[in-house]
This record gives sequence, C-alpha cells and structure tokens, in this order.
Amino acid sequence: MPADWWLKKKTYFLFMVRELTCVFVGGYALFLLVLTTRLGDPQGFAALLNSPPLIALQIIALPMVFYHSITWLNLTPMVMVLWRGEERVSPFLITVAMYVIWAIISIVILWIAFLYR
Amino acid sequence: MAKSNEPIGWSLFSAGGMATAFFIPITIVLTSIVVPAGWIGAESLHDLLVLPLARLYLFVLISLALFHWAHRFRYVLVDLGLRNLAGILAITCYGAAVLGTIMAGFFLVSL
Amino acid sequence: MAVSETTQTQSTIPLEVFRYRPDQEEEPTFQRYEVPYRTDWVVLDALNYIKDQLDGTLSYRWSCRMGVCGSCGMMVNGEPKLTCAAFLRDYYPDPIRVEPLDYYPVIRDLVINMDDFMDKLVEVKAWLLPKEEKPLSEGEYLQTPAELAHYKQFTMCINCMLCYAACPVVGHDADFIGPAAIALAQRYNLDSRDGGADERADAIFSHEGIWKCTFVGDCTRVCPKKVDPAGAIQQAKIAATKDWFRSVLVPWGKK
Repeated sequence: MPADWWLKKKTYFLFMVRELTCVFVGGYALFLLVLTTRLGDPQGFAALLNSPPLIALQIIALPMVFYHSITWLNLTPMVMVLWRGEERVSPFLITVAMYVIWAIISIVILWIAFLYR
Repeated sequence: MAKSNEPIGWSLFSAGGMATAFFIPITIVLTSIVVPAGWIGAESLHDLLVLPLARLYLFVLISLALFHWAHRFRYVLVDLGLRNLAGILAITCYGAAVLGTIMAGFFLVSL
Repeated sequence: MAVSETTQTQSTIPLEVFRYRPDQEEEPTFQRYEVPYRTDWVVLDALNYIKDQLDGTLSYRWSCRMGVCGSCGMMVNGEPKLTCAAFLRDYYPDPIRVEPLDYYPVIRDLVINMDDFMDKLVEVKAWLLPKEEKPLSEGEYLQTPAELAHYKQFTMCINCMLCYAACPVVGHDADFIGPAAIALAQRYNLDSRDGGADERADAIFSHEGIWKCTFVGDCTRVCPKKVDPAGAIQQAKIAATKDWFRSVLVPWGKK
C-alpha cells in the first residue's frame, strides 16, 4: 500500500485527521509540562502564558482537540456496550450522557478558575 | 490469556483519550483565551495551580495525555508505512511519555 | 406508478468492468459494456445481462441475489458492495466501475482468491466449543433470550468479506486476522454455551489479532448486515485488557 493510502478515500482521510489530533494533544501536554516548570517563578509563568507564538499554537490546536473530543465521545457507545436484560442501552443515550459530562466538567473548571481570580 | 502486552499501552491510551477528551479543550481555553485576554490574571491562575489538588490534576492530565499521544502516534507512523520500525517506534514513543511523566512528577512535587 | 413505467426505459448505462484473463494477457484491463438501464436493476442484474447477452467470458460470483449468501461482493466505484444490493439508479447516468474486492489476489476477472479468509476463520475457531459436552439424550443447551441478545448481532455475518476490502490494515498487512474473523470469534466467545475463549485467545488476543486494529471503522460502515465488526473488535480489546489485568494483579486466580 502506498504511503498516501489515506488520501484516497474520504473516510480514510478523516480517520487520519482524527489520529493526528494526538499530536496536538501531546503538544499541549508538553506546554503544560513547561508551565509546571515555571510554577515556582510567577514571572516566568506569566511570560509563558502571554507569549504570542504560544497563544497562536494553542488557537490552532483548539479545533483539533475539539475534533478529538467529538470523535472520541461519538465512538464511546461502540466500545462501551451496556445491557439491560435483553435490550442494549441506547447508544445515542450513552453519547448524550458523554456530552453532558463534558459540558459539566468544562463549566466546573471554568467556575473554579473564575472563583480564584 | 495474556497473549500480548498491548493491553497496558491500550489502557493508558484509552484512559488518556477519555481524560483528554473531557479536560483538554477547556484547559486550552483557559491558557490561550481566558488568561491572555485578561479575564483571569496570570497570577490568579498561578496561585490556583500551586494548590495540591491542582498539581495532582496537572500531573494526571499531562501523563495521560502523553501516553495517549504515544500509543496513537506510534500506530500513525506504522500506518504511514514505517512498519519495520514498529519496535523502535514503540520504545521511543512510550519512552518519551514515561520521561514526561517523571519530569511532571518531579516538578510538581518539588515545589 | 404502473410497473412498466418504473422498469422500462430506453436508456442504457455504461459499466466499466475489470477484466483479468491470466491465460491470455499479463495485465488486467477494463472493458466497457452498455447495459439497459432499469430502475429496479442492481449491478448484479447488469453483470448477468452482460454474461447472457454481451460477453459470456465474464467471470464473477453470485448466488442468492438477495443479500444473504455473501457471494457477490465487489468494488463498485471504489466502494466494497454486494452487487445484488447496488442499484443502477443510484449511479445513473454516470458509468459504473466494477472491480474485484480490494486486498485479495485475483484469480480471474471479478473472482478473488478467498483462501486466506477461510484460513483465518479456521484460525479463530469460528465454531461452538461447548462448555460442557452433552450427549443428545440429555437434551438441548438452554439459553435465555437475554443470553442470546448478547451475541446475536455478530451472528448476522454472511462472510461476504466487504469488511476486509474496506480495512486499510488488511491492505498493508496480510497477517491481520481481520474484522469478520474477530467478530465471529466474539460471536462464540459471548455465546453462553461456549467455553472456548481460551482456545481462541492465541488467534485474536495477539499482535496479529485485535491489536493491529486502529479503529478506522470502515468495516462497520460497509457491512451489509449491520454486524458492527469494529465494535466487536473494540469490545474484544476491553475483554483482553480486563483479562490481562486480572492475570497480572491476581496471578493465582482462576484463569
């Protein structure tokens, strides 16, 4: 198979995009890691957060990371099969529950951050 | 029944995938929009992140995100044709994740 | 709508059909045929028309023509499809390209060599390995509707191999056990009468088994019987992981 096999079909292409989002996830983890090295140095910490190229990179990463979240949550019911007797718990319900959890977690984190401002 | 040791990489990848799906987007929003825009001061975020619970959050998130990247990226490279280097790729990717985890642990504990 | 209005038209539709005749030529070619366009015809009808009226040398597999035998799988415009389920009206007036299933060696024209797939079915022991051998005199194995529901979806597989033709991992790695074989292994592993999960573990809980799958998901998308092999594989990964942790954390426990 040629190395560009994933460009031949739309579903293959979207698959590769989904997989490559891990680069942005890993990249942001690296950013968080560097941020933790500056936790003892409030000036350096602020400098990192206000650095324009790093902000730009994060803005680019944001839609990629959202794509990871959406594809991951949408696929969850295929992996997590729950049974109630003879019936399977509706996959749609599981997906909705995942999105609700995501929303709640995001709101709670924002709330904590703003509580501390 | 344990025919292969893949389960350990896969469970880290899965845990990482779930954790990053839920927590990474809002964290990026915080560090790339909320703080630079000035809605929350960098000092306030700093004071929040030195709290023990926040440090634990950072450690777990960084580590799981790195292991998620490692497992997935290793397979991306294999899918792109580097099949023969599968072993080396695994060691390199997981090794980097382990290194990142140790570094995160070190910096977050030695505050 | 009167029957004659829906089925009879004067128009035709071109089919570009893959031809490979190893006894006559080294390289495959494409041959173009104009077949009558009927709104209720499927690609298989068009192929049968070609064979009956235009070119008796064309070779292809088919049988039930109603989507249950799994014989007529081919690439239709680059997509793995059962030709008995691909309607001409969905492509008209554009030409339809018909090729043998991807990732399989071609014997002749649209006929592929499926030995590899058959070998894989044997490798995963896609048959019942009963927990307890019972002589006929002791009667049937009993199973509740709930127990049946757990594996029923995976029994729907008709071995049409469309999923293999859709899977890029199969494409670059002939050793990968593949979607249908794993789904069928799961069908038996989840069957309450079966006790052969350990015997199948070598074949599926291995590097050539479930762990090669990167969850592209195209297998599930092309499956004509909604078996969801991708789901079966991920569920198998969870089962393998649970077992791995159990054997590592509780090594003295029952295997």
